[in-house]
Amino acid sequence: MTRWIDVTALADIPRRGSRVVALPMGPVAVFRTGDDQVFALLDRCPHKGGPLSQGIVHGHAVTCPLHNWTIEFATGAARAPDHGCTPRFEVRIVDERVHIAVAQSLAEAAE
Amino acid sequence: MDMSLRQRLVVVGNGMAGMRTVEELLARAPGLWQVTVFGAEPRPNYNRILLSPLLAGEKSFDQIVINDLTWYRDHGVTLHANDPVIAIDRDRRTVTTASGMVQAYDALLLATGSNPILLPLPGRDLPGVVTFRDADDVTRMTEAATAGGEAVVIGGGLLGLEAAYGLAKLGMGVTVIHLVDRLMERQLDHAAADLLRQELERRGIRIRLSTQTNAILGTDQVTGVELATGEVLPARLVVMTVGIRPNASLAASAGLTVERGVVVADTMATSDPAIFAVGECAQHRGVCYGLVAPLWDMARTIADQLVGRAEAVYTGSQLATRLKVTGVEVFSAGAFDGRDGTEAILLTDPARNRYRKLVLEGDRLVGAVLYGDAADGDWYFSLIKAGTPLGAMRDLLVFGEAIATGGSDASPTAAVAALPDDAEICGCNGVTKGHILAAIAKHQLTTLDDVKAYTKAASGCGGCAARVEQVLALAIGEAAAAPAEKPLCKCTDHGHDHVRAAIREQGLTSISQVMRALDWKTDDGCATCRPALNFYLLIAWPGIYRDDPQSRFINERAHANIQKDGTFSVVPRMWGGVTTAAELRAIADVVDRYEIPEVKVTGGQRIDLFGVKKEDLPAVWADLNAAGMVSGHAYGKALRTVKTCVGSTWCRFGTQDSTSMGIALERMTWGSWHPHKVKLAVSGCPRNCAEATIKDFGVVAVDSGWELHIGGNGGIHVRATDFLCKVTTDDEVLEYCAAFLQLYREEARYLERTAPWVVRVGLAYVKARIVEDPAGRAELAARFRHAQTFAQVDPWAEIIAGRNAAEFRSLDPVEA
Ligand code: SRM
Ligand SMILES: Cc1cc2nc3c(=O)[nH]c(=O)nc-3n(C[C@H](O)[C@H](O)[C@H](O)COP(=O)(O)OP(=O)(O)OC[C@H]3O[C@@H](n4cnc5c(N)ncnc54)[C@H](O)[C@@H]3O)c2cc1C
Ligand code: SF4
Ligand code: FES
Repeated sequence: MTRWIDVTALADIPRRGSRVVALPMGPVAVFRTGDDQVFALLDRCPHKGGPLSQGIVHGHAVTCPLHNWTIEFATGAARAPDHGCTPRFEVRIVDERVHIAVAQSLAEAAE
Repeated sequence: MDMSLRQRLVVVGNGMAGMRTVEELLARAPGLWQVTVFGAEPRPNYNRILLSPLLAGEKSFDQIVINDLTWYRDHGVTLHANDPVIAIDRDRRTVTTASGMVQAYDALLLATGSNPILLPLPGRDLPGVVTFRDADDVTRMTEAATAGGEAVVIGGGLLGLEAAYGLAKLGMGVTVIHLVDRLMERQLDHAAADLLRQELERRGIRIRLSTQTNAILGTDQVTGVELATGEVLPARLVVMTVGIRPNASLAASAGLTVERGVVVADTMATSDPAIFAVGECAQHRGVCYGLVAPLWDMARTIADQLVGRAEAVYTGSQLATRLKVTGVEVFSAGAFDGRDGTEAILLTDPARNRYRKLVLEGDRLVGAVLYGDAADGDWYFSLIKAGTPLGAMRDLLVFGEAIATGGSDASPTAAVAALPDDAEICGCNGVTKGHILAAIAKHQLTTLDDVKAYTKAASGCGGCAARVEQVLALAIGEAAAAPAEKPLCKCTDHGHDHVRAAIREQGLTSISQVMRALDWKTDDGCATCRPALNFYLLIAWPGIYRDDPQSRFINERAHANIQKDGTFSVVPRMWGGVTTAAELRAIADVVDRYEIPEVKVTGGQRIDLFGVKKEDLPAVWADLNAAGMVSGHAYGKALRTVKTCVGSTWCRFGTQDSTSMGIALERMTWGSWHPHKVKLAVSGCPRNCAEATIKDFGVVAVDSGWELHIGGNGGIHVRATDFLCKVTTDDEVLEYCAAFLQLYREEARYLERTAPWVVRVGLAYVKARIVEDPAGRAELAARFRHAQTFAQVDPWAEIIAGRNAAEFRSLDPVEA
């Protein structure tokens, strides 16, 4: 079971930028791409835990600010030649607001 | 020419030597011979040397193919792959193949290479026991490696170590067993071999020296290796690399003279004048070679013979070896282990893991072993081959080419210019300087890739790429070589200079316009091109282009340096390194208020506050702003610090007021963006306490005025400045500085600091623009000052006032 959590208005996220939200599973980076799609990843680079939210967003990917790994939004996976994966979360937009899916169990655990 | 009249050349062996001979022949007389090639391997020919990177996963098979099937077709060469020749009938001049084909020849070329030696150990025929010679061996090893487990390599020579490295990289546990008491004993002395052993052990490869193997164990698959001591090493894969034996059996059964290899004369003809032999299967003047370098000369001689140049001869080769294990540089050549009447020069630097041994006989170099840094290997090898008298160079010889041939001034291009035309540039493919120059002239080549395609230089191990580029620069001039600039990034085919020119000439004023006008391949670029474009637009259109924060690296977007834990550091500007009690007090208060964990004086004469949380940044800045302090841009590709010494105000040697000069410079230049960071310094006398001669723009006071220096930096490669000129007044210092910085930021490529830029365009060019052209200098300085009217806005104040506020706020936490 998943539960949708309303985190922010779409307009609050800069295009090709991001915002960070503290969720029960940890800090989550919410990215908005140049073509206005929204993705959410755990804000931890699979390399050495760099804050992905602080990277440069290009296409449907972000380049980590610490050592330049590029992480794909669609999968959370690092682009070759690097290897690694960061958890990603489902996102939906309802009335210009961004909702993130959180597993029910996690949501309960936090309560 | 009528096909039936053409002479028929049949080549046995589709390997490196055979095909190289065919290429040389085609280059001399394309239609003269009708060429048929038989190959035992089921594929076109490839670069056997690169089987090592293929095994290590550093190259794909396609990348190591030398001539693909289209090439054979286009050049009218008939290839019968996967069909070995099994007999030669010398009376009827025909060969017979395994499939039963009979082919007549007028000339026959044997290029059958060598076979790996299999030790006569029990168990050597078990599945899982392989050699390392061809592409099938690599497939067998990579397949075994996917299942992981243990591998044993028998034989610690060049091939064995490259196999061990590849298998370890593929994830196997690897042990190398070597009979002798040091690795690569045919190429290395004890000291270098020992360093190599330590390095390989650090990479997790186990090495057993002076160790003999008794048997290979297993019933229907290898399970281990038993040593002479009775000890058993478990293994799923055993690689035997104990040596090679020339493949001369076909020649022997045809009755040709064979000793270790097929005996050839200086013309490369065997005991039958219609039959030649080339490569590892041949034995010339008693020597059988096991490296590629001799092949090139042999191939040229045979091609000459085949086009009727009877005087062409091969007289033997000297050899050099390099190990192809990424990150381990090993080179050896000549009489490296010394002999009677020789003496050695040694250089040992254990801390940097370097070793060099040069063997001299009288006034000449006869052998060399390099470990750790082998960049000078080719140069030493050319001295050995040419027998150059060393003379005064002897004293500095061990420090390498740059130092021994005239100090750091001698540019690499000058060194290449001094080489004779027959100097070998690419050892893997035997390409000489003359050959490259001729190809450049004939085909109007302008890029390294072109030169690779036409000459094969730098297409082997790639170690000579820099030298090939120098030959290119020599041929078409450094400036002309520049348009061949690499693409800015994968999103475009255009280089930096082209993009910049287009921005100006086509009046492009936004990142998206640039991308559209120049056919970018991605929708919105990447982390490499966006910051570069943002910078180029900012410099091209001051006051018009609106900076794009999302195209800036986080440090420049958040105006602070990101730390490895995601916190930031804050450095307020401290004009010329001078501060006051009030400023220090304000800093102290901020540290207390925001619980900042560390305060440090920087190498740039100011104070750094480390470990500030991103959300606290605006508040910290507001407090510092209130005390009159602004951002120090310690994070940006921007003007950083202006270091000063106390100068004439206090110092007994000071000739001018260097502190005030520094402050004036910092006031003029702060806030300016550049291709890379820019640092200034002003020293009050030539004792130079502010280290002005390793700064981008350095000023040194003398009695009669100021000396201006440019293009220095600290960093990994320290570069002292070049002297630009001397001026007398303070205003001149400011004008020259503004003009120099403007020229730099208008013309240098993004991320190119002043030092490499000055080296690239030449000091003479900078002098012509700044010193010799007063009107041009005034215009440059005016453009700098105009742009500064828009740039000198404190980014802290802007953010406190609300610009880009979202950047610093996290969203409210959600409890769920
Ligand atoms: C803080 C400081 C060290 C200190 O505690 O003293 C420092 C810290 C860093 N230096 Fe530096 N450098 C500092 C003075 C220097 C100096 C000394 C000087 O300026 O006189 C040098 C040698 C002079 C020079 O630049 O040529 C210096 C040469 C470098 C280099 C090599 C530059 C080069 O061209 O090769 C780098 C790497 C780079 O920029 O790519 C570097 C990069 C860095 C970075 C930005 C590394 C990074 O990307 O994270 C460090 C940021 C730390 C931080 O988060 O604040 N730092 N760095 C100094 C800040 C000075 C300031 O007040 O702004
Ligand atoms: C893994 C590895 C790494 C190496 N690294 C280096 C290095 O770094 N530097 C260096 O200088 N050298 C290196 N070498 C050596 C170099 O590859 C050889 O010197 C070179 O390939 C010899 O060329 P060749 O044409 O004589 O033999 P090969 O390239 O072996 O060609 C001989 C060909 O003849 C075929 N053949 C044999 N008998 C018949 C027959 N009866 N009919 C038809 N075809 C036949 C074989 O199948 C083979 O394809 C390396 C070799 C290996 C295996
Ligand atoms: S010298 Fe290295 S570790 Fe020290 S501050 Fe500079 S970049 Fe960082
Ligand atoms: S932590 Fe992200 S690239 Fe290193």
